[in-house]
Amino acid sequence: MLRVEAVKKWFDGFLAVNEADLVVEKGEVIAVIGPNGAGKTTLFNLITGQLKPDTGRIIFKNKDISGVPPYEICKKGISRSFQIVNIFSRLTVFENVQVAMLAHQKKTFKLFSPTKGQVIQETREILDNVGLYDKAKSISGSLSHGDQKVLEIAIALGNRPELLILDEPTAGMSPEETSVTINLINRLTTDLGLTILFCEHDMELVFSIAHKIMVMQQGKSIIQAKPDQVRDNKEVQEAYLGGST
Amino acid sequence: MFGKLIHKKSFGLAIVLFVFFLILPLFVSRFYIYIFALIFVTGLLATSLNIVLGYGGMFQFHHSVFYGVGAYGFVLMLTKTDLSPLFAFIVGPIVAALISLIMGLICIRLTKLYFGMLQLALGSLIWATVFRWYSFTGGDNGIHGIPLPSIISSTSGAYYFTLIITAICLIFMYLIVNSPFGSVFQAIRDNPERSEAIGVNVKRHQLIGLMIAGFFAGVAGILFVTVEGSVFPDMMFWTFSLEILIMCLLGGWFTFLGPMFGAAIIVSLRTFVGIYTEYWTLILGIVLMLLIFFLPEGVLGYFVERFKPHDKAVLSGEK
Repeated sequence: MLRVEAVKKWFDGFLAVNEADLVVEKGEVIAVIGPNGAGKTTLFNLITGQLKPDTGRIIFKNKDISGVPPYEICKKGISRSFQIVNIFSRLTVFENVQVAMLAHQKKTFKLFSPTKGQVIQETREILDNVGLYDKAKSISGSLSHGDQKVLEIAIALGNRPELLILDEPTAGMSPEETSVTINLINRLTTDLGLTILFCEHDMELVFSIAHKIMVMQQGKSIIQAKPDQVRDNKEVQEAYLGGST
Repeated sequence: MFGKLIHKKSFGLAIVLFVFFLILPLFVSRFYIYIFALIFVTGLLATSLNIVLGYGGMFQFHHSVFYGVGAYGFVLMLTKTDLSPLFAFIVGPIVAALISLIMGLICIRLTKLYFGMLQLALGSLIWATVFRWYSFTGGDNGIHGIPLPSIISSTSGAYYFTLIITAICLIFMYLIVNSPFGSVFQAIRDNPERSEAIGVNVKRHQLIGLMIAGFFAGVAGILFVTVEGSVFPDMMFWTFSLEILIMCLLGGWFTFLGPMFGAAIIVSLRTFVGIYTEYWTLILGIVLMLLIFFLPEGVLGYFVERFKPHDKAVLSGEK
């Protein structure tokens, strides 16, 4: 479904992503792990169009999408959540998801019909699914951090993606919130059949839900394999797990 | 259609207000009729600015340019061509929207403050052209003695015309602000990066927003001509743009009618304090300072929050 081939990205002479490769097949849950600064977020930004790769190709559903603007990539079926909370803070929770839904249904140039009454059912379903329905009318900026991270995912779902990219979905969450989110991610794959690509520092989470794991170090992709193989890999142990496990 | 959009109470209030303004000329002197007409015009202008400022989060620093362009477009059509006046009414706002589009195409490459600075520069360019082009625009004298259609040339005629057009424009702007486009526009204000990530072509929406704002500013320009009977370059000088910006902040730029409120306050201040002292801006300065300290959401913004206890609780995070 998604193939990243030998992608490189420089920032002012610093090579943030160096020949990274990644393959995501339909229905898979793929985790990207690696130490801080390994280039995980940069890689995601390259895939979703926030950044343009300097060399290499990114292929989604047999089409080259490298360098395509974010709003076009989103329309092709990839949507994402952000590591640092990135929501519409003055809008209500409901409106946050509704806006994504309106964009998905290409209704954003409707000038004279009221927003109220548009995509209500769809938005409700998503909020219900992620467990934010009782907070639908709250201003999103006033939510707790954990709820905002969940809203991140809800907004991304509003685009009805085929491939969902989650950048550290549980960062800063309490243990209870984390387990609820893991549950949510699992449901998204089993119930909705979503393909998920995510990165995360919480190893327990990674090894419990990922079908395959890709390890990055200093911008390079070292390996992409099943969790057991990654755990046993010498190179990974030295680079990332500190050789202790 | 409005049933979904507006509370029955506010709808009733709007009707009462409209009727009040309709019969107002029967009771007050011509001077007050003129002042009210001026408030409607300026309020319409401020509301049009607020579409891009409060709802779109774009720092439109030189909005009065489109007011001026609309007014000049209207007047030049009336005085320099033999076409029916009806054309002039249509041409004014359309030219304003087009100029807004052209300036937008240039400025939109930059964001926030830099957008505003470039806009200020380009707008001043248009002002300078109008100010100097004596043979066409009358230069710094402006154009006086405009042959307006007789039905709107009297004070009360101009008043009714202004009142009705302003009301219609407000309805349209209210619809736009509450449409899917308006929702997305507010999303862009809050977070342009995220808006792109959910599939919104941010720049295209911003350009359309700018054109809408320019169009209604152009309408306000025409209304100004009918009220005042003349045009002059001062109406598109940058200090006036600052004044309308202040109206939006003063009234409350996150409320729909805030700018109208702000316009009423500033026009009244200028008129009634201006009688006693030419330093009326001093009073304005003090009012502004108090505003920043005590009512950061603007006058109307304050009342809206104050009288909606439920929303207030939500805003401060309580449930």
